[in-house]
Amino acid sequence: MTSVKEKQVIQDEFKKRMDEDELLNCMRCGFCLPSCPTYIESGFKESHSPRGRIALMKAVVDGVIEPDEDVERTLDLCLGCRACEPVCPSGVKYGHLLEEARDIINQNKKHSLPVRVLRQTVFEGLFPYQNRMRVLTNLLGIYQRSGLQSAVHHSGLLRLLPDSMTSMERVLPKVPTMKEMKNRPTHLPALQAQKKRVAFFSGCLMDTMFLKTNDATIKLLQHAGCEIVIPKEQNCCGALHGHSGEKNMGKELAKRNIAAFEDLEVDYIITNAGGCGAFLVDYDHLLKDDPEWFMRAVAFKEKIKDMSAVLVELKFHEKDLSVQPQRVTYQDSCHLRNVQGTFLQPRVLLQAVAGADFYEMKDADRCCGSAGIYNIVESGMSMQILDHKMEKVAESMATTIVTANPGCLLQMKLGIEREGLSGVLRAIHIADFLLEGLEGQLEGSK
Amino acid sequence: MISERLKKQFIHIVGSENYLDSKAEKLVYSYDATPNYQAMPDAIIVPRNTEEVSQIVRLCNEHKIPLVPRGSGTNLCAGTCPTEGGIVLLFTRMNKLLELDEENLTATVQPGLVTLDMIQAVEAKGLFYPPDPSSMKISTIGGNINENSGGLRGLKYGVTRDYVLALEAVMPNGDVIRTGGKLAKDVAGYDLTRLFVGSEGTLCIITEATLKLVPMPETKQTMLALYQDIEAAAKTVSTIISNKIIPATLEFLDQPTLEVVEDFAKIGLPTDVQAVLLIEQDGPLEVVARDMQKIQEICLAERAVSVQVAQSELEAEALRTARRSALSALARLKPTTILEDATVPRSEVAAMVKAINEIAIKHQVKICTFGHAGDGNLHPTVATDARDHEEMERVEAAFEDIFAKAIELGGTITGEHGVGMMKAPYLEWKLGAEGIAAMKAIKLAFDPNNIMNPGKVFAKESRKRVVVSR
Ligand SMILES: Cc1cc2nc3c(=O)[nH]c(=O)nc-3n(C[C@H](O)[C@H](O)[C@H](O)COP(=O)(O)OP(=O)(O)OC[C@H]3O[C@@H](n4cnc5c(N)ncnc54)[C@H](O)[C@@H]3O)c2cc1C
Ligand code: SF4
Ligand code: SF4
Repeated sequence: MTSVKEKQVIQDEFKKRMDEDELLNCMRCGFCLPSCPTYIESGFKESHSPRGRIALMKAVVDGVIEPDEDVERTLDLCLGCRACEPVCPSGVKYGHLLEEARDIINQNKKHSLPVRVLRQTVFEGLFPYQNRMRVLTNLLGIYQRSGLQSAVHHSGLLRLLPDSMTSMERVLPKVPTMKEMKNRPTHLPALQAQKKRVAFFSGCLMDTMFLKTNDATIKLLQHAGCEIVIPKEQNCCGALHGHSGEKNMGKELAKRNIAAFEDLEVDYIITNAGGCGAFLVDYDHLLKDDPEWFMRAVAFKEKIKDMSAVLVELKFHEKDLSVQPQRVTYQDSCHLRNVQGTFLQPRVLLQAVAGADFYEMKDADRCCGSAGIYNIVESGMSMQILDHKMEKVAESMATTIVTANPGCLLQMKLGIEREGLSGVLRAIHIADFLLEGLEGQLEGSK
Repeated sequence: MISERLKKQFIHIVGSENYLDSKAEKLVYSYDATPNYQAMPDAIIVPRNTEEVSQIVRLCNEHKIPLVPRGSGTNLCAGTCPTEGGIVLLFTRMNKLLELDEENLTATVQPGLVTLDMIQAVEAKGLFYPPDPSSMKISTIGGNINENSGGLRGLKYGVTRDYVLALEAVMPNGDVIRTGGKLAKDVAGYDLTRLFVGSEGTLCIITEATLKLVPMPETKQTMLALYQDIEAAAKTVSTIISNKIIPATLEFLDQPTLEVVEDFAKIGLPTDVQAVLLIEQDGPLEVVARDMQKIQEICLAERAVSVQVAQSELEAEALRTARRSALSALARLKPTTILEDATVPRSEVAAMVKAINEIAIKHQVKICTFGHAGDGNLHPTVATDARDHEEMERVEAAFEDIFAKAIELGGTITGEHGVGMMKAPYLEWKLGAEGIAAMKAIKLAFDPNNIMNPGKVFAKESRKRVVVSR
């Protein structure tokens, strides 16, 4: 429950901090409605549409309603997928409004003790520290390798957890060892005539749990003609914080990253996770009120590029790439598509791989329901969205689903698990898939 | 206000999940796409079938509770703003395509069906439903019927009215009636179908509609004619038609509109010309080719600086989509965007465009104009800021002049968006006191308790007529 006093404080903060011009910019045309997954899945409820959410935010600012549980509920149920932004002819920056509103609510509301502890552990104690992420991943590794995992599976202990969590536990990748995680090189040469010098944003989860995918990305970049630097001082992008109402922590992380990449003299800073990339290109907005950092953030943002965009630019798709015959479909990463505007390049790359019969599934651009930690905290809606997504996957008759973001990858794996399709259908990050293509070709040429 | 007892009765009819009355829910149904109108309903009800609608209406009539039917709330006349409270009746659950009759060329639908969903289903069968409001991705058939919506194809194919064959309607006393049928000819009694089309939810609630379909035109071509002189563009419109060519689409966009649309759509629209005409013709290949050739000659003779023909359907669709986004894209300019819907006979389009520009200068407001030039339906749009009261007064004065001018040229105050709250004070300019009296008599006969969308169409007070040349 939000107390009367909390509501008052939240309302005052809304008045102070919400961008009134942006709120007024929404002319309520409703063009965004058909693109919003929660509007559709809620049975066309205006309260779960972008237009409705903006109206509610504005009403709180105007003092027409108070920020009660129902208002909070509609904001909580938003995926933050930002599919409403590219279709908005008025150019409303919905994502920024949402981020600000969530931050205000979270900072001014007392969470229950367990939630508070959990939030603190995750947001402050864990993600900002890469060494701790390694330790945690290592624990998971020990769990997976020691036989404990299969013991737990047999014991039925998992039945105590909610449905989505148990499946999630099953789909986590086989994680690397501590040694592998720590031996991250900081400088790699191009394996071809050098065309670009780039920095690699290795991320937090990507560099622990998904280390293999990071390695694959690096290899692809090397083969495309990139010299790569990987600064050790970088850390988590802060997206999780920014989207969960922990904006200040997000800003801290942003500054550390900007500083880490500032003096490298590179053409681009490469990301391979749609969610991180989108947050990185928004650093200038995040730090807009900080005169010392704003211009530095702009300089940083201008270098951000998704791996698939740079690969296409460097004509990687003109290489001979081949895989075993399979039908491939692509699930867009919302943030990669809606914020970074990168959606053609992954398709160009996939279509260039011999053996991969690329098939565009219907609504590939619609969110899969992963959305950061949404699939855990809003499990019901998330699974409903996922089930509809899996119907579209089934219609595509694909045997491989390619994704471009770790969250989407896990969610698709979860979908496969839920449908009982493991063995017939697989989900894979585009970097890993392209590496298969490259190696298939390399082997062939031996 | 709705008593607890009454609330229970409503819930008994539709189930608790279909009766909403939290503050947040009420707020999100307190507005539609019309700027500056907002009012809270007492509750929102989502019926699942005609029988439920009938029971709800009967209860409302008994207790004199206002009823505001709502499709997607995209109307631009505050038609769904619950200004007198009461119940918002939502049709999101009544959204099925009931039948596609390929022998009689009809589609029977529920009112909540989204226009584009229906158009796509129809086109999948090689048939064609011409009315295509720019909002068709979101708007519903129920909303289209009640506003008598038009679209880009209105010039050649007419508006929603021309495609409604039969209706099922729940009357304000709860009776369910059927009008019309799958008939090409029917003169049995008063034409209630036509009366209900465009009635803006003030006479009855539409629960089912049978729509006329036509065969899909064989081919289509799209072109863009560019002008450095706005009035030359407007003049072209009447010249094309006086040459006895009726294009499927003949749309007009002025320079400021082009600029914002290009900013959104990024398809390479020219932004360095004063106006463009988007022209389409459809039909048999030879006819289209001949008409397009002729149109091109006319455009050039009327001083178009260039004429470009779309090279592919993809390119043509991009142009149409860009035109459809014009209104919302204009919202980028300033916080408040107010669009008008003045319509004149097509021979007067040039005169009207000229007058609009003069009026803008006279009142010192920024007016961007685009619209369905081919049917004389222009959308002069003002970019302003509702917080600036002084400017808002000038905007209001400019619109009064625009309406007055439209009527002077033999036109009307709204061509497709309806009267609602927004235009209600001006209706008398168009109809005269006697005309209003006749319409009110109809309203009273159907809805003696005035529960059906009260406060819409008929204003408490009419605007005094201003003299244009003061
Ligand atoms: C960006 C934009 C572009 C637009 N372009 C066009 C255009 O090109 N042409 C055009 O004509 N209009 C246009 N409009 C206006 C609007 O989209 C149309 O009027 C549309 O028909 C409204 O449909 P809706 O489903 O949103 O209806 P709503 O706005 O929900 O309702 C419209 C009216 O119909 C009544 N109503 C709805 N359903 C029922 C029912 N079942 N029974 C009885 N009454 C009912 C309502 O009470 C209200 O009076 C545009 C609007 C926007 C925002
Ligand atoms: S599309 Fe943009 S302007 Fe239109 S309702 Fe959605 S957010 Fe508002
Ligand atoms: S961010 Fe996604 S879920 Fe949220 S309002 Fe926009 S489209 Fe809907």
